[in-house]
Amino acid sequence: MASGLFGCYFICVDRRSLGRIGEAAAGDFLERRGYRIIARNFRCPFGELDLIARHGEAIVFVEVKARTTTDFGEPFDAITPLKQRRLIRLATYYLKGRNWLGRPARFDAVSVTVCADGSVARIEVLAHAFEAGG
Amino acid sequence: MLARVRSAAVLGLQAYPVDVEVDVGIGLPAFTIVGLPDAAVQEAKERVRAAIRNSNYQVPARKITINLAPADVRKAGPAFDLPMAIGILAATRQIRAPAAPNGTMLVGELSLDGGLRPVAGLLSILLGARSRGTRAFIVPEPNAGEAALVDGLQIHPASTLAQVIAHLEGTSPIPPLRTAPRAAASPPDDVDFNDVRGQDHAKRAMEIAAAGGHNVLLVGPPGAGKTMLARRLPTILPSLTWEEVMEVTQVYSVAGLLRGSGPRILRPFRSPHHASSTAALIGGGPGPRPGEVTLAHRGVLFLDELPEFHRDVLEVLRQPLEDRVITVARVQSTVTFPAAFMLVAAMNPCPCGHRGDEKRECLCTPPQVARYLRRVSGPLLDRIDLHVEMPRVLPAELTSVPTGESSTEIRARVLRARAIEQARLGGAASCNAEMTPRQLRRHCRLGEEEKAFLRGALERLGLSARAYDRVLRLARTIADLEGSDGITVAHLAEAIQYRAFDRPLRLLG
Repeated sequence: MASGLFGCYFICVDRRSLGRIGEAAAGDFLERRGYRIIARNFRCPFGELDLIARHGEAIVFVEVKARTTTDFGEPFDAITPLKQRRLIRLATYYLKGRNWLGRPARFDAVSVTVCADGSVARIEVLAHAFEAGG
Repeated sequence: MLARVRSAAVLGLQAYPVDVEVDVGIGLPAFTIVGLPDAAVQEAKERVRAAIRNSNYQVPARKITINLAPADVRKAGPAFDLPMAIGILAATRQIRAPAAPNGTMLVGELSLDGGLRPVAGLLSILLGARSRGTRAFIVPEPNAGEAALVDGLQIHPASTLAQVIAHLEGTSPIPPLRTAPRAAASPPDDVDFNDVRGQDHAKRAMEIAAAGGHNVLLVGPPGAGKTMLARRLPTILPSLTWEEVMEVTQVYSVAGLLRGSGPRILRPFRSPHHASSTAALIGGGPGPRPGEVTLAHRGVLFLDELPEFHRDVLEVLRQPLEDRVITVARVQSTVTFPAAFMLVAAMNPCPCGHRGDEKRECLCTPPQVARYLRRVSGPLLDRIDLHVEMPRVLPAELTSVPTGESSTEIRARVLRARAIEQARLGGAASCNAEMTPRQLRRHCRLGEEEKAFLRGALERLGLSARAYDRVLRLARTIADLEGSDGITVAHLAEAIQYRAFDRPLRLLG
């Protein structure tokens, strides 16, 4: 699937299944940590939210980043300010649709490192990864 | 979940109270500061967040809104860090303290580890808040030296955010500062008038300048000792009174030059470089900061190489020389700083510096000299009472001439003259240079003989009418130095010779 100069490193796990593996692993991991997943791959006209969970009082919007290698930077670095703004817009859309704007909410990020054979090597959770505006 | 903490900010030399209101609400997490914050206040977010976390408290994942009231004045600087941090902790019930504990005012910059760093202008804040009735303060420990100058207040110095919290919760109160004793000023002993060899004429001129508070222009070739002499002027001036010490200390506090030290008990000596900008000299910036003329308040402003200063830089000196204050106008605000300084200016007689020197030849053409001298404008020269020519010191003089009088001896005479002047003038003016035209006419009456002499001298030398007042003023000081009630021909004669520059092109032949 991936090609070009560095293509050989990616051939084993294609990009779409890498995302699916990452999201599944992140969901399981969070549920063991006391999160209750209430939506997966929430789609709307603005884009997609990977996971939406309840953690105590708070609604948590989770962005999952799966990588096979950290050669191109840590997964958390991939959540650029532009992506943050997109996620904030998505979250506002979601909360507004359910009339939940008055509830505490936050953004978490999960990084999943996947081996060449498709098994999960490492999972890291960054709670309260970024803030909306201000 | 709202908390309100009292703080203050400085505009010019004056402080005004600021309420730091913190609301921690529900919603997507955000940290917003409103109330016209500048860049340093915006950056407070990161400092406050790190300082709270590193003091083992939490910044909640909530919508935090901070308002700095009144909201229509621009807020500058990092002094709101501490009240913001305490506000967040109080609003999230992490500390059990009343929202504005006993009306305590908090000021301080936070470092990332929760330590408190000193802030500029604390003295102004304390004095301003005292006049508005605030009694209790928490200030950064490094500011304690200046905070201790203000009496009648409960000032608690803290070095960390954790200490402030413990104090507010009552678990470990910080004992209030004890007011510092009023330190007596002793002149610096590393410089003295007897360091300067020869130049008796110029030394005499400096003594007269000190006695009357007159401005001086020193003209001489490189190495004549102009800078050396100027630097020693503060050593023969009267010590600062306590009120003056507070004025000077307040200026240095606002300028952020005090950092940790106690009061400024010595007369300031400022010598800005001739490449200085107008803003550096008179003060500037969005929330104007004091410039060199204000840092020289109650002291000496020394402008070396006067003709090398930009013309417009010199022209802005006219207002402070006349009014003893400088007004800095900005779109946001107009600020008036004190600027009661003695001006000592120095220059060479020509671009190469050797005109009038018997030993070395001057290489300048007459037009070059004329252009050089014209750079110093008439209106500025008009505000300088003494023009002093300083010849080159001969190598023989450097070794053979005995050292002259010490600063202490000269200062004793200056003090006597100042006492006479003060008794005569009373009220606002404290030295002859500050006499109003009306006072000048009343206190500088001349007899018939003296009038005739002065009229003749002015005519013969081609001096202007405006030089007349200057000569009178100077003659008054010379008479006061001598303890003489009336102004005699001898006093006038000495005064007239300090007007050499009124005919600039003929200067030094």
